[in-house]
Amino acid sequence: MTQEDNESAAAIRVENLTKTFVLHVQGGARLPVFADLSLEVAAGECVALYGPSGSGKSTLLRSLYANYKPGRGHVWVRHAGDSGGGWIDMAGAPPHRVLEVRRRTVGYVSQFLRVIPRVPARDIVAEPLHALGVPLADARARAEALLGRLNIPAAMWDLAPATFSGGEQQRVNIARGFAVDYPVLLLDEPTASLDAGNRAVVVDLIHEAKARGAAVVGIFHDDEVREAVAERVFDLSKERGAA
Amino acid sequence: MTRAAPQSESVVEAGYNFAYLDEQTKRMIRRCILKAVAVPGYQVPFGGREMPLPYGWGTGGMQVTASIIGRADTLKVIDQGADDTTNAVNIRRFFARTAEVPTTEATAEASIVQTRHRVPEDPLAEGQIIVYQVPQPEPLRALEPREVECRKMHAYKEYGLMQVSLYEDIARFGEIATSYSYPVMVNDRYLMSPTPIPKFDNPKMDDCPALQLFGAGREKRIYAVPPYTRVKSLDFDDHPFAIQQWEEDCALCGAEETFLDEVILDDKGGKMYVCSDSHFCERRRAEGHRGRLSEGAAKAYAAAVGADVEEA
Amino acid sequence: METPSPLLRVRNLTQAFGPLLACADISFELHSGEVLGVVGESGSGKTTLLNCLSARLTPTNGIVEYDLRGRGLTDIYALSEPERRLLLRTDWGVVMQNPRDGLRMNVSAGGNVGERLMAVGARHYGAIRREAEDWLAKVELDLGRMDDKPKHFSGGMQQRLQIARNLVTKPRLVFMDEPTGGLDVSVQARLLDLLRGLVRELRLSAIIVTHDLAVARLLADRLMVMKDGKVVETGLTDQVLDDPHHPYTQLLVSSVLQV
Ligand SMILES: Nc1ncnc2c1ncn2[C@@H]1O[C@H](COP(=O)(O)OP(=O)(O)OP(=O)(O)O)[C@@H](O)[C@H]1O
Ligand SMILES: Nc1ncnc2c1ncn2[C@@H]1O[C@H](COP(=O)(O)OP(=O)(O)OP(=O)(O)O)[C@@H](O)[C@H]1O
Ligand SMILES: [Mg+2]
Ligand SMILES: [Mg+2]
Ligand SMILES: [Zn+2]
Repeated sequence: MTQEDNESAAAIRVENLTKTFVLHVQGGARLPVFADLSLEVAAGECVALYGPSGSGKSTLLRSLYANYKPGRGHVWVRHAGDSGGGWIDMAGAPPHRVLEVRRRTVGYVSQFLRVIPRVPARDIVAEPLHALGVPLADARARAEALLGRLNIPAAMWDLAPATFSGGEQQRVNIARGFAVDYPVLLLDEPTASLDAGNRAVVVDLIHEAKARGAAVVGIFHDDEVREAVAERVFDLSKERGAA
Repeated sequence: MTRAAPQSESVVEAGYNFAYLDEQTKRMIRRCILKAVAVPGYQVPFGGREMPLPYGWGTGGMQVTASIIGRADTLKVIDQGADDTTNAVNIRRFFARTAEVPTTEATAEASIVQTRHRVPEDPLAEGQIIVYQVPQPEPLRALEPREVECRKMHAYKEYGLMQVSLYEDIARFGEIATSYSYPVMVNDRYLMSPTPIPKFDNPKMDDCPALQLFGAGREKRIYAVPPYTRVKSLDFDDHPFAIQQWEEDCALCGAEETFLDEVILDDKGGKMYVCSDSHFCERRRAEGHRGRLSEGAAKAYAAAVGADVEEA
Repeated sequence: METPSPLLRVRNLTQAFGPLLACADISFELHSGEVLGVVGESGSGKTTLLNCLSARLTPTNGIVEYDLRGRGLTDIYALSEPERRLLLRTDWGVVMQNPRDGLRMNVSAGGNVGERLMAVGARHYGAIRREAEDWLAKVELDLGRMDDKPKHFSGGMQQRLQIARNLVTKPRLVFMDEPTGGLDVSVQARLLDLLRGLVRELRLSAIIVTHDLAVARLLADRLMVMKDGKVVETGLTDQVLDDPHHPYTQLLVSSVLQV
């Protein structure tokens, strides 16, 4: 791949991103996390966010998903949407546009599953796909395939995951994140509470996503996993500016 | 029939104006009647005067009658179809005294019929006026207690709720069980309570050649159905409106298509059915029609009914 | 990139009760299919705002426009009263906090659901009944209770009946004031699940007032945080809850355990 190819295939481009928390409940304390951060990730590429605890890895990932609102800068995402394609700034787009990008383009696997009362595991996984208009039966079939690969026994598919173990919940969460073939995938320690066998499944899933052209940004505590999936490491400890 | 001008010189009983009400009150009520005729089915509020009868005895109907009656009129008064119940007799006597008009029991001879809870069996004709006594003019009242809301529902023709009450009937009884005060749409615009007449009489209101006036004394409302106006009983496509029907014919006159009252004959469950319209029944018998009941029983019945009247 | 026109547009809405500003200069847009949550402490003006938006309280100032079918964005307070009332029983739904205000307690459950159909001219008993059955099933009410009056239903059943009664005319926009208020937790969960499903399945737009941030998290795409009649913060629900900026929002979020 040439440099030019890489550039033309960029899927996400972060420009001069700055994030500072102001904690009003603690007397207005200011907590600078990063400043003027820039990063570009190409389709088919996986970038691992790196740095010690508290360096801002999760904060950056959440900012890419527009879960956090950065103070300055842009998060451009290449989005092929209902109303035409193009670059959308997740840090500035109106809410309904952000939701559309989240539906179609950017998937996010959080560190912990947010359990929804009464919804069985199968439907939690199928939901994002169904929301895109895929018939429920097809979405459920895909959900079952993923849950199966992640070694969730079929007997559990009909249960709401509230009572699942931490690792089981995390695997449901991962299945949900991989249900749609998002062009951009954001993964926050997806393998943290998994055993070696399931870690390997997740590594495979990431490889497959890259192979179909997904840009992946992830946080991987496990060196082995990181080395297996990431082309590049982005070190957050160097990004703390005078925000 | 003539609508006579006020005849203040002819106060029949000392201290009373012709037909009891003072002329100013009559004018006010007549204006309300005109408005009611102009907007069929719409309830026109009026400033009612007290009548020498308690509410529930037809004061609303009496005020309407008093306001329209003239010397040339002939009055018939019925209560539940009968000319000879206490209420009917009192009202008839009242107008006979205060307006000196002739009274009759024959529907065809009357120019004004004041009624409580029935429409006579003999068809009404052009030029006649039927005045209904109205206990509760608001058909929506039981469903919507808020007066302002009821008025809005009329103003905006929002009558879904009335349909709900018929729905409830069918859900509970398998059919529309409402058999009195069965709601009607007048001229395809206003929902109207036909007063507690049996739904048997509803079709008589439709396209009727006579003018129909309604007076509610307690609620101080007047409404009207002008001659030849469409009056449609509410229903569902799959539960169409139907009138009451009897297996029996009138035991006295043999009439097959009249509204029948059940009469208990003894304490062993013996009963018979007779026309509720007493004059209609009598006339048929005078014409020689006979029911399956013997002449003797008919006499006994007449005596019993007469006794009732005295007791009431 | 062009944005489709909103379903509801609110500009500078103010509602004064004497010297008290229950709503102060509120502006926002709601798009088709969006669920907006309104959160804030007691007395912050949430119900007042909902009443103004749903054509039930004329605001002191400001404009509320709704995308009427076939007419586009229209000032709802410029409509005649019958037009507004028609809107409320057809294209809109209102789920009241107290089911007593939103149901006819003396009419059977089936009749409660059928009323809106009859109000728009349905006159076939069998068809009305089938549709009512359909909706009672959708909100998981026992069909055996269809002819019972809601007077004796539990709070959760009454709330579900209210929802069925409102959704039967397939409204595009539903206003809900504390739909899970006063219900115990397990009943709440069931109701929330139901609402979530219906909102998605029917592509409903909704404005939901709640003081429960967990309810907001589960149902709302976007949040509006109110304090003293003012909107102090708005944004995507997860943004507002996970990265609150306004001091009041931070206080609100930090004072509940985990949402
Ligand atoms: N919502 C928030 N509000 C306030 N401060 C926050 C918030 N989220 C993160 N922070 C702060 O921002 C800094 C970066 O946190 P972040 O979670 O991004 O670190 P991290 O690199 O992911 O750490 P770890 O490896 O432990 O997960 C920390 O000081 C954290 O306390
Ligand atoms: N009709 C009214 N007349 C006078 N003041 C009113 C009226 N309605 C509401 N208010 C006042 O306006 C303010 C906002 O009331 P509102 O009912 O909108 O609050 P809310 O946010 O819904 O509160 P809660 O969470 O307790 O239901 C309150 O101070 C209330 O007392
Ligand atoms: Mg982290
Ligand atoms: Mg309130
Ligand atoms: Zn007879």
